[in-house]
Amino acid sequence: MLRLGVHSQTEAAAMVQLPDPDPEILAARDEIVAALRTLIAAPDGVIDHPDEIKPYETDALTAYKQTPLAVVLPETTAECSRIMRYCHQRGVKVVARGAGTSLAGGALPLQDAIVVGVSKMTDILDVDYENRTITLQPGVTNLGVTDVVAADGFFYAPDPSSQLACTIAGNIGMNSGGAHCLKYGVTSNNLLGVEMVLPTGEIVRLGGKHLDAGGLDLLGLITGSEGMLGLITEATLRIIHSPEGARPILFGFATSAAAGACVDAIIASGIIPVAIEFMDKPAIHATERFAHAGYPLDVEALLIVEVEGSNAEIDDLLGRIQAIAAAYEPAYERIARTSAESLAIWKGRKSAFGAIGRISPDYFCMDGTIPTGKLPEALARIGAICDDYGFQVANIFHAGDGNLHPLILYNANQPGETERAEACGGDILKLCVELGGCLTGEHGVGVEKRDLMTEQFSEIELDLQRRMKRVFDPKYLMNPHKVFPLAEPLRRLEAAE
Amino acid sequence: MTGAIFRPETAADVVDAIRDGQGPLAIEGGGGLKGLGRPIQAAATLKLDRLTGVVEYSPTELYVTFQAGTPLADARQALAEKRQRLPFDPPDLTRLYQGGGADGPATIGGVVAAALSGPARVALGAARDYLIGANFVDGSGNPIRGGGKVMKNVTGYDLCKLTTGAFGSLGAITATTFKVLPVAPAEVTLALVGLDDAAGQAALSAAFRSPFEPLGAAHLPADIARLIDAAPGEDALTLVRLEGFPESLAYREQAIRAYLPKQADILVLKDEASAALWAAIRDVAPFQAPDDRPLWRLSTAPTAGPALTAKLKSALGGSAYFDWAGGLIWFAPPTGAADAGAAIVRPAAHAAGGHATLMRAPEATRAAVDVFEPLSAPILKLTSGLKAQFDPKGRLNPGRMYAGV
Repeated sequence: MLRLGVHSQTEAAAMVQLPDPDPEILAARDEIVAALRTLIAAPDGVIDHPDEIKPYETDALTAYKQTPLAVVLPETTAECSRIMRYCHQRGVKVVARGAGTSLAGGALPLQDAIVVGVSKMTDILDVDYENRTITLQPGVTNLGVTDVVAADGFFYAPDPSSQLACTIAGNIGMNSGGAHCLKYGVTSNNLLGVEMVLPTGEIVRLGGKHLDAGGLDLLGLITGSEGMLGLITEATLRIIHSPEGARPILFGFATSAAAGACVDAIIASGIIPVAIEFMDKPAIHATERFAHAGYPLDVEALLIVEVEGSNAEIDDLLGRIQAIAAAYEPAYERIARTSAESLAIWKGRKSAFGAIGRISPDYFCMDGTIPTGKLPEALARIGAICDDYGFQVANIFHAGDGNLHPLILYNANQPGETERAEACGGDILKLCVELGGCLTGEHGVGVEKRDLMTEQFSEIELDLQRRMKRVFDPKYLMNPHKVFPLAEPLRRLEAAE
Repeated sequence: MTGAIFRPETAADVVDAIRDGQGPLAIEGGGGLKGLGRPIQAAATLKLDRLTGVVEYSPTELYVTFQAGTPLADARQALAEKRQRLPFDPPDLTRLYQGGGADGPATIGGVVAAALSGPARVALGAARDYLIGANFVDGSGNPIRGGGKVMKNVTGYDLCKLTTGAFGSLGAITATTFKVLPVAPAEVTLALVGLDDAAGQAALSAAFRSPFEPLGAAHLPADIARLIDAAPGEDALTLVRLEGFPESLAYREQAIRAYLPKQADILVLKDEASAALWAAIRDVAPFQAPDDRPLWRLSTAPTAGPALTAKLKSALGGSAYFDWAGGLIWFAPPTGAADAGAAIVRPAAHAAGGHATLMRAPEATRAAVDVFEPLSAPILKLTSGLKAQFDPKGRLNPGRMYAGV
């Protein structure tokens, strides 16, 4: 669960347990660092000074901090392979890191692990408009991909909120989504091929510029595998020609139920907007105070619906959407007629998280998904859960795909409040599973939701997934503390030894 | 194949059949795709064609769950009643095989197991992109759930994608949940007449460099176009398919012409005429039985398609056509070669940066040559390793994809 806010976090708040470090590995730190230095060319490619390691101790889940043995920043696939082969032979754990923007602790290190970062792997290797592909090293940022091809009218579709900073490596690791998934899908739907280094150091290629890579869909399996199956060293992505334009319409509704029903009706009509964003009253108020986007303050729910095409097509689609929405008696509506008016509508939504940070010392950003028809029920019950715990909640989410982001507002400086807020978040995610959804739509499991996995999966299903990991990573060295509840792999490791 | 045939009527029966039985099981739905893959030696058959019907369909939430043995035609019909569809436009390939359609209909489980996607795949994605939930029974008889019924889900490993295209070798699929999308109210196809393969492919790439979102992009050489009833005229056709609301479509149909070659005559096919042509392309009508030539399906970067095809035709003869903007090649060499042309096709596909599947050949040929693209040593190790986790005793469709897997 993300903690952001003006107050620093206390590490004591951490509820998720991490495995005890291996004393033999800790004692061998100097030997391991010296060995790593022989494996890569760049003189500054191995970081072991405590001050320089600090930024790598945590990611956007800042409640958890661990100082790794060292940080390695390779530049080539061959270096990645040498690093992985060495770590496999020496029994050193490895945590892969993109930009460290994970909200789930996906890049959280361990004291007896090294971090392998992609910040020096940022080359664009090939841009191919005829085949609509771009091939690059995975340290390129998400927005950096679109920057390369935008002048020629193309873009890369997945657009997580952290797209300015987050890397393609991290996007592949977490199967990142974004606001425009309803039309364009998530990372796995836009990834055509990878080169990767297996935990054993072997280099493999999956897919390429062609569609439907042959054999088992290992490309699909490694996407979203949270850095547990290998290191991505190269990626081939689908790039798409941009539409002629895109503009939203903003609606305010008297009830969340009316907004939810309106979403259903739009979709039932055959229109698939490129994005449908929802905000509830607390989110609207916090945002408006901060961003002054001109949002209505007297409504319970706000929808932003965006469509694409030529100006005439957009006008036509927005007109149709307006006609559909009329049945749900919107208290407020505003069509963006120009790109400036579009930006004004999006300004509030895009600054919403920052705005919440202004009104609350800390917040958790949850990430469950529910079938969209359960929206009104989910909102009511999330409200009730937060009431029980005595927390305020603001809801901002992608309504078209049911991906909820309730923000639980709390104050970490109040003793015990972080733990209660974490428990409150856990109850909300359990609710998502109960309603037919899942624990995480786009942030990943990481360490944050690891211990909730038993809510969604049977022991047999979890065991199968752990055994799948062992096929790739026989010694269970890559991100061994993530995704699956801890007790089982530790027990198995001990049994194997 | 001889031996016992199990035809379970519930997912629980599938669990029992696998848990209580012994020895290798051939898994099939309608049975119409038996000719696809390596021949397998199995004492018994697990036939899932009684596991039929819509389990749950929520049009406004854009998902549907079918039991695995549901006929593809029934699945399409259920969605069409709500003006929705499976966006990856799954083909019915049973008619490629002698008597295939007679054995039983194409099923939704077969579509998933064989990862079959139609012409819209180039624009909207593949079977694996729309399968958001899969229930299957592993080789030990454990019921396993992958995914769920929401389109955004990153909870644990993506078992849905792994199940798609595994040809039943990891589990017997009992139910599948798909993300569905609305059917556009209208469609139109622009047919450029008389372009050669290279010029046709270039036109298709150009169409995708426009902002007008082609839904389909195929090129039919003249000999193929003549075999398709829905294809107008006697010449090669290069096809660009658009869909949308009528007003929008009228605009896009004109606007996209600026991106297409000026010299070519353009025919316009609307709605039913357009849909019929794309259905023929989707179901590989030009090569359906009684044609019994070997049939290859090659996937490559679109721009590599024409040169690869020219190489294959000059070495082996035969005929071919292009879908997916040129990146999907259906190629039928003449009957005769004992290896169905594999000695030519495999290295050529590899050199072009793609891969090839032998979709149809006599059983003896499929036993003797690789049906699927051979795997590199580390990938084969991962593949065998995963098979061993899902099916430790090697009971589910053993050897259907790769010897020993």
